[in-house]
Amino acid sequence: MPVDEEVSEKKLSRRKFTTVSIPITLYNRIKNLIQGTGFTSVSDYVTYVLREVVAMHEAERSEEPFTPEDVERIKEKLRALGYLD
Amino acid sequence: MTSRPHGGRLINRVVSGRRRELLLEEAKELTKITLNRDWATDLVNIAGGVFSPLEGFMVQEELMGVLYDMRLPSDLPWTIPIVLDVSPEEISGVEEGDDVALVSESGLILGLLHVEEIYGYDKKEFAERVFKTRDANHPGVARTYAMKELLVGGKIDLLNEPENKFYKYTLYPAETRVLFREKGWRTIVGFQTRNAPHLGHEYIQKTALAFVDGLFINPLIGKKKKGDFKDEVILAAYEALIKNYYPKNSVVMAILRTWMRYAGPREAIFHAIIRKNFGCTHFIVGRDHAGVGNYYGPYEAQEIFSEFPDLGITPLFFREFFYCKKCGGIVNERICPHSQEYRIVFSGTKIREMLMRGERPPDYMMRPEVADVILKWDNPFVE
Repeated sequence: MPVDEEVSEKKLSRRKFTTVSIPITLYNRIKNLIQGTGFTSVSDYVTYVLREVVAMHEAERSEEPFTPEDVERIKEKLRALGYLD
Repeated sequence: MTSRPHGGRLINRVVSGRRRELLLEEAKELTKITLNRDWATDLVNIAGGVFSPLEGFMVQEELMGVLYDMRLPSDLPWTIPIVLDVSPEEISGVEEGDDVALVSESGLILGLLHVEEIYGYDKKEFAERVFKTRDANHPGVARTYAMKELLVGGKIDLLNEPENKFYKYTLYPAETRVLFREKGWRTIVGFQTRNAPHLGHEYIQKTALAFVDGLFINPLIGKKKKGDFKDEVILAAYEALIKNYYPKNSVVMAILRTWMRYAGPREAIFHAIIRKNFGCTHFIVGRDHAGVGNYYGPYEAQEIFSEFPDLGITPLFFREFFYCKKCGGIVNERICPHSQEYRIVFSGTKIREMLMRGERPPDYMMRPEVADVILKWDNPFVE
């Protein structure tokens, strides 16, 4: 993994970074793919894609945040304010 | 299903019952920090889950993440600092690990802050990062420069709500989520506004509404610039619009108690996150969202969304609508082929000037029912 290309994008960031290994063949495919796009490095692209995928999986795990008692209490307020009949 | 709260769960730091009574008693003996009206709304928004996943005012690590990476330490997108500034005198004798009482300007104990960190910051760097300028003529920058020397971060607890003259229109995210579910809405588009509606707004809203189950009109109630519509005028104007021009059961209106930062693109992301917490699946971003003067490009607030693939709410981007004399209706540049000479732009300034003179703007600019409601006020604008 060439480290120098990552330096400029990380300079302003205060985040800590770690290394994840991917096959060199995949690395080269991504490097070609991102030419002429807004992505400035392979890491930039991989981070973007992973965030999208992770957020999608997290959304699938969404849980109902209310107990039945909460819902009844809230519905009562909504009726009082005229939001529900 | 409504969208997942930002960070996965809605924060609730509103204390009630016996614990509240005990904490209120304890608070009387604590060092007190006075919150102005805006900071008090931040406190309420943290406690009520509007700013989920924040549980308090930001500590330094959170602030640095927001300033430099537009993300929290958990990697979640977050673009606007939520900080509490204090003077050394106010925080004198307080150490990290202590509790302080947060009080309103009238002396009411609003809540507690569990102090995790007291730290300094660079105002110019803060301004440059958030507002993309250090120019003190920018209202957000001016406000930053007027902040006190230190920031104090830590989790909060809300014990009393500050005065709220718009209680009828006040809903927390847990409540809007139940409301949307009761209405049977699975897809909801959020609309941010700080204006009384003209037909340009209405067409954006209705275009979006054509593709989702419900529209959540969420006017921002709080400190505004001189010449902006007064809060009560905005609400009354929208009531008139909804009553006369929207299908029944298609719109919910509730207020957002916060203040404009005028941070343009960063604030657009912040506004989207807030609406995600309210349960919206989509969020409308128009021209120059949360902008001021010429500090941001007209569509910069739309472009920034491409940096956040994990935002968890879908932005709907709109070009500006206008009335086209040739089309004979309200259109935008994506669907109207005619030249400028046929176009009448919805100028907020022009509409304000007409209303100030007591004139009703033409029907193709503002609904007569909306104009009539506004004209009932002697002065509908912030002085």
